[in-house]
Amino acid sequence: MSEATATPAQKVSLLAIYKVFFSIGVMSFGGGLVPWMQREIITLRGWMKDEDFLPGVALAQILPGVNSTNLAVFIGQKLRGLAGAGVALTGMLTGPFLVMIAATATYQVFIDYKPLQVAMTGIAAAAIGMILRTGVSAVKASLDSVLSIAVMLATFIAIGVLKWPLIQVVAVMVPLSVAAAWPRGGASGKPDKDREKHNA
Amino acid sequence: MRENASTGETLLALMAILAPLSIASIGGAMGIYAPLQHEAVTVKQWITPQEFLDLFAVARFLPGPSSIIGAMIGMKVAGLTGAIVAMLALYVPSSALCYGMARVWNEGQGKAWNVALRRGLTPIAAGLIMAGVLALFQLSGGKLLTGAVLLGAAALLTWKSKMHPFPILFGGAIIFEAAWLMGLID
Repeated sequence: MSEATATPAQKVSLLAIYKVFFSIGVMSFGGGLVPWMQREIITLRGWMKDEDFLPGVALAQILPGVNSTNLAVFIGQKLRGLAGAGVALTGMLTGPFLVMIAATATYQVFIDYKPLQVAMTGIAAAAIGMILRTGVSAVKASLDSVLSIAVMLATFIAIGVLKWPLIQVVAVMVPLSVAAAWPRGGASGKPDKDREKHNA
Repeated sequence: MRENASTGETLLALMAILAPLSIASIGGAMGIYAPLQHEAVTVKQWITPQEFLDLFAVARFLPGPSSIIGAMIGMKVAGLTGAIVAMLALYVPSSALCYGMARVWNEGQGKAWNVALRRGLTPIAAGLIMAGVLALFQLSGGKLLTGAVLLGAAALLTWKSKMHPFPILFGGAIIFEAAWLMGLID
C-alpha cells in the first residue's frame, strides 16, 4: 500500500520540491540537514527509500562541496533530473541567503547578546541529537555482514576518533567496501538486490 | 565610471577566490576557512581579522551551510551584487559536479556496480555520520548537558519519527536557557 506512493515513477512537482527544500534550508540550524531531509523526503512523503537515500548521503560527503547542498542536488536529480536538482539547490539556499543578508547588515547589534548565544547552543545540542537519530538508522542498515560492520567501525574510528583526513580514508574504504558488496553469481546479469539480501 | 570598473574587478576577484574553494572543499565547509581568511584578510585586505572572526561567529548561528561566510564577505565588499556573485561562485561549481555524479548514479539503478556501490557506501555513510556526531559534540564543548539534550532529542525522534523537529530544537534552547539562568552552565 505504501509501496505505491513510494514509486519513483510518480512525478513530484517542482513546486513541491522547492517548498520542501526551502523549509529544510530555513530550519537548518546547527548543520544537521541530513535528518531533516530524511524526515521530509522519506518518512513524510515517501519520495525515496532509505536504501536510495543513505548511499546518497555518503556520495554527498565524499564529493567536494557542502554535504547538504550536494544531497539536495542528489535528491532533486533523482526526482526530476536537472530541473529537480536546480530547484532543490535554489530552494535550499533561498532562506539562508536572505537571512545572511539581514544578519550581515545588522550583526554588530546582537553578536554579544548572551541569552541568544545560550539558546543557540541548546539548539545545536538538539540538532546533534537529530543527526544521531539518522546515524542510528544508517548503522542499522549496515548490520548485514561482518565486513560491512568492520567498514563502518573503521570509518568511524579513522574519521571521528583518529581525525584522519577524509580523502585518504575514503580512498581506502570505498573500493574495499564496494568490492565486498559486489553481487555474486552473475557479474553481467541483473542482480536482484532483495534476493541478495534474503540469501545473505 | 571608475567605481563601476573597480566593482567589476572586485566581483571577478570574489569569483576567482570562491569558485576554486567550492570544488576544493571536500569534507564540508571546515576546509575553506583557512584559505578564505588568507585571501580576504591578508591578500586582498577586504576585511580586518576581527571582522572575519565576527562573521565566523555569526555564520555559525545562521541557517544554511557555514561556508555562507564567503557570501557575507561578498556583501561586505560589493553589496548585494557581491553577495549574489559569491553565492553562485560558492555553490554552482560543486553542485554541477554533484549533479553529474548523481545522474550517472541514478541512471545505473539495478546494475551490478550500482548495487555494489549502494551497499558498499551505506556502512561508510554510517561511519561518517557517527563521526560527525562525535565531532560536533566535541566542538560544542562536550558538556554533560549537551550530551543529555542530544540523547533526549535522538530518543524522542526515534519514538516519534514524524514529529516536527522545531519543538525539539526549541526544547533544547529552553533547557539551556533554564540551566544558564540557574547558573548551571556559563
